[in-house]
Amino acid sequence: MTVHTEIPLLEIEGLCTSYFTRAGEIPAVVDFSLTMQAGESVGLVGESGCGKSTVAMAIMQYLGNNGDIVNGSIRFKGRDLKALSKSELQQVRGSEIAMIYQEPMAALNPSLTISAQLTEVPIVHEGVSQSEATARAVDMLNSVRLPDPERVLAAYPHQLSGGQQQRVVIAMALLGKPSLLLLDEPTTALDVTVEASIVSLIADISREFGTAQLYISHNMGLILETCERVCVMYSGEAVEIGAVQDVFRHPTHPYTQGLFGCIPLPSCDKNARPLVPIRGQLPLPHERPSGCFFGPRCDSFRENLCDQSLIPMMQSDRTRHFVRCVRWRDVPGERQVGEVKRKAPAEIGEEVLRADGLQKYYPVYDRSLAALLSGRSVRYVKANEALSFGARVRETVAIVGESGCGKSTFAKVLMGLETATGGELLFAGDDISNSPVRERSPKQLGSLQIVFQNPNDTLNPSHTIGGQIGRVIRKFGVESEPQKIRDRVYELLDTVKLPRDFYKRRPRQLSGGQKQRIGIARAFAGNPKMVIADEPISALDVSVAAAVTELLMDIQQEHGTTLLFISHDLSVVHYLADRIVVMYLGQIMERGTTEEIFAPPYHPYTEALLSAVPIADLNVRKREIVLEGVVPSALNPPKGCFFATRCPHRIGPICDEEPPPFREASSRHVITCHIPLEELRDVEPVFQQVDVATE
Amino acid sequence: MAHSVDTRGTVSSTLWRVFGSFKLLRESWVGMIGTGIIVFWAVVAVLAPLIAPFEPNATLQPFARPFSDYAAGDGVFWLGTDHLGRDILSRIIWGSRTVLFYAPLATASAYLVGILMGVAAGYFRGRIDEFLSFLANVILSFPVLVLYILVITTIGSSGINIIIAITFASAPGIMRIVRGLVLDLRNRDYVAAAQTRGESPWYIMLVEILPNARGPLIVDACLRLGYVVITIGVLGFLGLGLPPPDPDWGGMINETRSMALAFPSMTVIPCIAISSLVLGFNLIADGLREISMRD
Amino acid sequence: MIVFILRRLGTMLVTMLVVSIMLFLLLEYTPGNVATKVLGPYSSEEQRTLWLEAHGYFEPLWVRYSSWLGDFMTGDFGESVRFKVPVAEVLWPRLWNTVVLGFWVFTVMIPLSLILGVMAGMREGSALDRTISITSIITTSIPEFASAVFLAAVFVFWLGVLPGTSTMTGGFEWQQLVLPVLVLVIYDFGYVARMTRASMAEVMTTQYIRTAVLKGLPYRRVIMRHALRNALIAPFTVIMLQINWLLSGVIVVEFFFAYKGFGALLLEASLNQDIFLIEACAMVAVFVAAATQTIADVGYTYLNPRIRFG
Repeated sequence: MTVHTEIPLLEIEGLCTSYFTRAGEIPAVVDFSLTMQAGESVGLVGESGCGKSTVAMAIMQYLGNNGDIVNGSIRFKGRDLKALSKSELQQVRGSEIAMIYQEPMAALNPSLTISAQLTEVPIVHEGVSQSEATARAVDMLNSVRLPDPERVLAAYPHQLSGGQQQRVVIAMALLGKPSLLLLDEPTTALDVTVEASIVSLIADISREFGTAQLYISHNMGLILETCERVCVMYSGEAVEIGAVQDVFRHPTHPYTQGLFGCIPLPSCDKNARPLVPIRGQLPLPHERPSGCFFGPRCDSFRENLCDQSLIPMMQSDRTRHFVRCVRWRDVPGERQVGEVKRKAPAEIGEEVLRADGLQKYYPVYDRSLAALLSGRSVRYVKANEALSFGARVRETVAIVGESGCGKSTFAKVLMGLETATGGELLFAGDDISNSPVRERSPKQLGSLQIVFQNPNDTLNPSHTIGGQIGRVIRKFGVESEPQKIRDRVYELLDTVKLPRDFYKRRPRQLSGGQKQRIGIARAFAGNPKMVIADEPISALDVSVAAAVTELLMDIQQEHGTTLLFISHDLSVVHYLADRIVVMYLGQIMERGTTEEIFAPPYHPYTEALLSAVPIADLNVRKREIVLEGVVPSALNPPKGCFFATRCPHRIGPICDEEPPPFREASSRHVITCHIPLEELRDVEPVFQQVDVATE
Repeated sequence: MAHSVDTRGTVSSTLWRVFGSFKLLRESWVGMIGTGIIVFWAVVAVLAPLIAPFEPNATLQPFARPFSDYAAGDGVFWLGTDHLGRDILSRIIWGSRTVLFYAPLATASAYLVGILMGVAAGYFRGRIDEFLSFLANVILSFPVLVLYILVITTIGSSGINIIIAITFASAPGIMRIVRGLVLDLRNRDYVAAAQTRGESPWYIMLVEILPNARGPLIVDACLRLGYVVITIGVLGFLGLGLPPPDPDWGGMINETRSMALAFPSMTVIPCIAISSLVLGFNLIADGLREISMRD
Repeated sequence: MIVFILRRLGTMLVTMLVVSIMLFLLLEYTPGNVATKVLGPYSSEEQRTLWLEAHGYFEPLWVRYSSWLGDFMTGDFGESVRFKVPVAEVLWPRLWNTVVLGFWVFTVMIPLSLILGVMAGMREGSALDRTISITSIITTSIPEFASAVFLAAVFVFWLGVLPGTSTMTGGFEWQQLVLPVLVLVIYDFGYVARMTRASMAEVMTTQYIRTAVLKGLPYRRVIMRHALRNALIAPFTVIMLQINWLLSGVIVVEFFFAYKGFGALLLEASLNQDIFLIEACAMVAVFVAAATQTIADVGYTYLNPRIRFG
């Protein structure tokens, strides 16, 4: 709860930080101001390069060897942080202001036990004894809901799962009894269901301990769920600050409005209401325009008004709501939604892919003495088990699941990078379950391609763009004459809306979004019948992801290709998929059309997955479901339902012992569960449309 | 454009970029000094017949002091002569030829073998990797000089044999480095993309993976050139190098060290020569590493 | 863990077996050569044949190898041609001398390079770091025989404070050890210091060090408790492998200073084609090398909790 005291807890005024490199001074944060009261939770949201992490580091006075605060002040409880001496700063860090990091595994020392790392905090800051510190650590581990604290204390970081590690990091931060918590994307590296539990934990903890939070994220939905106020940053500046309700309902700055247009909200639809990407590109730090940094990309830009001097923050007509825009009154108040271009829905054709009982097992050789003696030295990881589903021409089928569910393995089997252990996989009539890549014809290769996740790894850094695409064209036999190949490369570059000049460039000269477009161009170079997209936008910023998503949709429609979209992000999946397959630990839990999946009857796992997705829409109310329990080991899967160990609807021993049956809720909607369909249909929907009264 | 120009183009552009990375050395003063030293010795080696004042093996005037005149003819012994009367400066100049001929050759030969073994082990893994790694471990379990002594004792010492010995001793180490790099790079998506295009394994290894390993390999190559120069020097010093009377810096040092009390220059000067050459390679390697860190 | 150690020991034994086979084939494959080398080039055909017969050289190859291996395991290395005494009599004392030399080298080198490396790595890019780096580069550019020459020129010829040879004919004299130790230390400390520096510098840029600093821990504690135990893992392995390097390095130094050690013995043996001595020295060298490699592997696994606790 927000407590208004005399002195704000944190007062940042006109903060400017820069990095000093060989190339000169690069401003990272420009004129940033923020006030936080005790106990308040403020979200700091923006895309990469906006400076949000730099603000956190500046608060901690930890900008590294080549970074410095060049202007402005940061006052914590009235004290100027920059003026503190070294020992005073050491006292503040960890005990007044504490930080929680993005990657918990990297943030913990691999050579020290958890106990050592936790007990350090009270020992150093309060001078307590070892036994007292250990007792406090146990208490704190209970507060962060980690079962079996003794075992955790004795463990090393790598022996814990990602979610457990993050809870330890949170415990470590709270042991210092801080008044302010800085959370730097604390759940980005975690699975969706784990993320949900951590988010709920953080909310409870901050209520219980009364700490203020600065929550840094790029995910608007998360901010809506966790914060009272939000600050939107763009290219080093804060562009809009206000209460979460105000900003989400009435985004005032054009960039904020643009951001909302890029997020696949439940009300969006790929044909009727597509995403509206923000045109243009993020400016490089030393190429920022004078005046408004967002100007070149803004539809409301006015010459001689928006490009003169640095735009200051202006108070809008709502309390404590500020915008960095001179035309904020004139800019339309509501979100601009895709009036732009509607598409006709695609005509779904014949079946092009059918998986039937597909299995992929990986052998694991156990070299321990026990295994050698007992004779069981080979065990199997059942990465894919009994996969059965189909995909049709021009359809978009999404495969959804968290890490370890086997979706990437399935992609590899499809592409021929692995061969199936059992079952059937028919593609365009041919059984490719046992056909490794080296045995496929060029035509087969060209008709089934893949877009990869990581834009930085998807292109060979040593070859030119044109060379790489050209080779693909030649390999698939699309063209063979050099001139025709060149022309085709140019055509592809046009299709993905990149300048022809990129032919000669190398990947390191391109941005992440541009590289991903090349990846798409490369996949479509051979006029494929089906393209697998393996988390193609997970590594991209929101606005870039929107542009790439729209591009993918356009190209798919133009070529009439079937798209197999692998993702863990259910909002994107809801936006663009016709049908969805939900996987967990190598098995299909539920499959059906998008409408069928998002409405009851749900498989219990689907239900939990849906509730875990942060939605950035005020008009949607979500039921909260937090999964407890442990994910079973892939080497030792349970005899019965794989989800039984964590299922909130577990009905009894039958779930642990017997594999669940396939229940058909409609012709292509199948749920794998022991619970009868009638009960599943009666469940309250996870999402409910609520019309929040407008002010 | 011919059919296979893509591969050829890649090879030539890779070579261009190998040398291109030396252009970047401009940014590191350490690297520049190293390059200067190497260029200096390279020029000396190439121009040896033109700049050496005397024949390197001609016994002229024993124990002449530096800067003294040749009594029986034209010319100055700038660095003096040794116990057999041979002009030291000329021997240093001609000796640089020997070193700068054999060292790069031996290193290149070791790299050829090492790279082929390394990419095969790293890409194919499994049995091939186990076998090659075991082989490498066996060879690497010999202390280096012991290995050289054994090999040279068995096959005799000559130019070719020295190259063979160095290749044999260095290739496993190179193989290990290349294997490590390939193991890391083979997991990149662009390798998977090449595989899903149906490219052959050797194409992937040499055209897709290897060019991206060139950073660490170039640094290692410079360092290794330095080691090889030292090795050639040590072999010469121990009497296992090229047979006399060809001027060999290591041999020169060994021959004259007993007289160092009275005539230090005979021994010290070749020491300075060989140290400076190795220093040059080490500085280039450090400069390259510094630049790659900064990027 | 135990299984791991056993497997590594097994690999070591297999490696040594393969090496012994290679050595045997290399040196004793052709009986004629062996006889020539033992009896000298001026011996007659008949003498050689008689000798070969007497020593069982006309047996099948694998029989010869097994008996050779058997002899080896029991410490019977044959008789040295050069010294005319059983090899073992010459080998062990010389090996001990080298051990003494090596002991002093490591006693000086390890603390020196670790401290310099850690200090350089802690302040990467500082003047101290650059100085230590450049010094290391320079010292590793000077081959041992060259630095031996330089040091001898200064301390023996110019200042006259140290003896020029280390034959130890009058019993043990510590002054005779100074120059050999110094040469080896100068050449090697640069390498170990740079490896330590690299390890330390890498650790200092990790996120867990940032966590430690932002927890408000005093800098000293961050370094001693958080950084060092991660940074010193790699240098440990490097130092173990330096023992292997030492066996090479001593050859030049012992030759230069006429120190009666193992390296000089091997060199003499090879220059004189003393087959049995060469074999014995080579096997000992390989044993030491393989053993240190195994210890380094096991040690690295032990020190690294990620690997040790799976």
